[in-house]
Amino acid sequence: MIPLSFYLILGAILFSIGVAGFFFKRDIISIFISIELMLNAVNLTFVAFSHFWHQAAGNIFVFFVMVVAAAEAAVGLAIIIAVVRNRQTLNADKMDLMKL
Amino acid sequence: MHPALFFIFGAIAVAGAVNLLVQRTPIFSALSLVAVMGALAVLYLLLGAEFIAFVQVLVYAGAIMVLFVFVIMLLNAQQPESSHRSRVARLVGIPVVVLLFMEVAGVFAATYSTTPVGFSGRIITVQAIGDALFHQYLLPFEVTSVLFLVGIIGAVMLAARQEPPQPPEGRLPRAQAAGHGGSGPTPEMAAALRQPARALGGVGASDAEPHAAGTEVKPR
Amino acid sequence: MPLGIFFLISLVKVVLTLAVLLTLVAYVQLAERRIVARIQRRVGPTRVGPSGFLQPAADTFKFILKEDITPTEAHPFLYVLAPVISVVLALTALSVVPIGGTFHLFGYPIQFQVTDINVGLLFVLGVTSLGVYGIVLAGWSSNSKYSFLGSLRGGSQMVSYELALGLALIGPIMLAGSLDLRQIVNAQNHIWYIVPEFVAFCIYLTAAFAETNRIPFDLPEAEGELGAGYHTEYSSMKFAMFFLAEYVNMITVSCIATIVFLGGWHGPMFGPALLRVFLPVIWFALKVAFFLFLYIWVRGTLPRFRYDQLMGFGWKFLVPLALANIVVTGAVLSFH
Repeated sequence: MIPLSFYLILGAILFSIGVAGFFFKRDIISIFISIELMLNAVNLTFVAFSHFWHQAAGNIFVFFVMVVAAAEAAVGLAIIIAVVRNRQTLNADKMDLMKL
Repeated sequence: MHPALFFIFGAIAVAGAVNLLVQRTPIFSALSLVAVMGALAVLYLLLGAEFIAFVQVLVYAGAIMVLFVFVIMLLNAQQPESSHRSRVARLVGIPVVVLLFMEVAGVFAATYSTTPVGFSGRIITVQAIGDALFHQYLLPFEVTSVLFLVGIIGAVMLAARQEPPQPPEGRLPRAQAAGHGGSGPTPEMAAALRQPARALGGVGASDAEPHAAGTEVKPR
Repeated sequence: MPLGIFFLISLVKVVLTLAVLLTLVAYVQLAERRIVARIQRRVGPTRVGPSGFLQPAADTFKFILKEDITPTEAHPFLYVLAPVISVVLALTALSVVPIGGTFHLFGYPIQFQVTDINVGLLFVLGVTSLGVYGIVLAGWSSNSKYSFLGSLRGGSQMVSYELALGLALIGPIMLAGSLDLRQIVNAQNHIWYIVPEFVAFCIYLTAAFAETNRIPFDLPEAEGELGAGYHTEYSSMKFAMFFLAEYVNMITVSCIATIVFLGGWHGPMFGPALLRVFLPVIWFALKVAFFLFLYIWVRGTLPRFRYDQLMGFGWKFLVPLALANIVVTGAVLSFH
């Protein structure tokens, strides 16, 4: 038996690494991957709480997060493809104009 | 048993996440994230969430990340050169991230460190999830499905190639039609085909230059 | 059951499963060559051993003795990782497949299954869905045009048909009310699900052919157009691993089809007690053999799809049909 806080702190570590990746990475695909890591970290805390309180609700939130992440990945990657097609770069710093 | 498994797979998850952070090429970041997801799936099993664990593998690792890897391959994504702003981000980012972690972890450690959890056969079954999903959370479920539909349509709209303006008269020349039409290989694909694994480690941007023009690869 | 005995039994099961599986793969491949040869009015391999019976052994030696080539421009790590991913995932998926009932040995209940989990079907789907990484990484890391085209085709094909495959299985899951493979089999005591779910069966079979990259959906390795597709650059044991993964995947989808649609190990029971223990396994093996024969038969008779036809067929025909099947099944269930 280990304390619930272990799971939560593991989630916090993963979330912080995701935030760091979001800050430090320069190409938009890696930034996007960091966001997915943050979502996963939050999912871990949801599942841990769900187990602790013995309620299905936590698992359902994770399910919704996954569905939203799938939709987000589809739209986000489509946006990335469209941007790269127009700019010929993946560098987020170079995408600072609102018009083409 | 439970603490050992927790520490093994927790360590794998953290190692994968750190690898994600330090890898320079997006494809390795994506593969590290797949490893993190696998480790998290095992932790979900330890927490009795068997449905979520395998949906994690099926949806996250098996579908979403495949899409990522696919796009990385298609765009032949490489590490972009670091700019002035990336140094600023590093300077400000590290303290911010450390502060964030200290705060969140501090709250968790203070609140939940005396509440043990363990694998006690308490499994949240598929039946329980289905029951809650289609009774208590029916409206969110329906809203999510609408969101999903919008997402599908949006993705198709965004990624669809705009038709080039038709020439005033006559048909497009054959070669041009193949380059820009819907059926031929796209320019990105053609570029990626020239050097599929160029973006991978060991080959710098300057090294890629002489090969980029021609299609032939000389043996070393 | 004590932990030590549990580990011992599991170990024996794993070793037995692997031994049987690898032999089976070798002889399925021999049967394929012989049957396809008969379909094409040839003889097939007959030289090694009585009527070619030792051909698999000869092939194995050939694979081991061939030169192991790594292309200069290939990525060293991913190039090795890709076949390992393929074969490990293919073998893992089979670990939850039950092939018979339960019997007692020295007072311990033993199942014909490596491990029994509550969401077995989800496990198989999840693990096989990861198999696409092997194909995609193989094509990408070989740094070859043919491999890359093959892996692009393979990736999109497998992701697309996985959808139809999963949706086709929902109907039987609704009838059985469980994701446990054992309970799905037990729920077919009265009637095999191939009867009420015939549409789902057809969709599953079609999608399974596409998932395993077999003719008529073998575009990722279309030898007429792409050399050998994603494994063009692989040789020796690395190629053998892809080969093994393909045949193990064939066996896995055949097992799942047997369990979900053909009543698993159900069949006429007769004879003494010892025979009654092994008879279910024999029925199961016969049903799986039927599917494997179907694979070979189709390979010998059908031409290959064109790529756009393949995608159109999957998305515009199979997926809507599978969704309609779910709606009809749900309606019938709720009015009963």
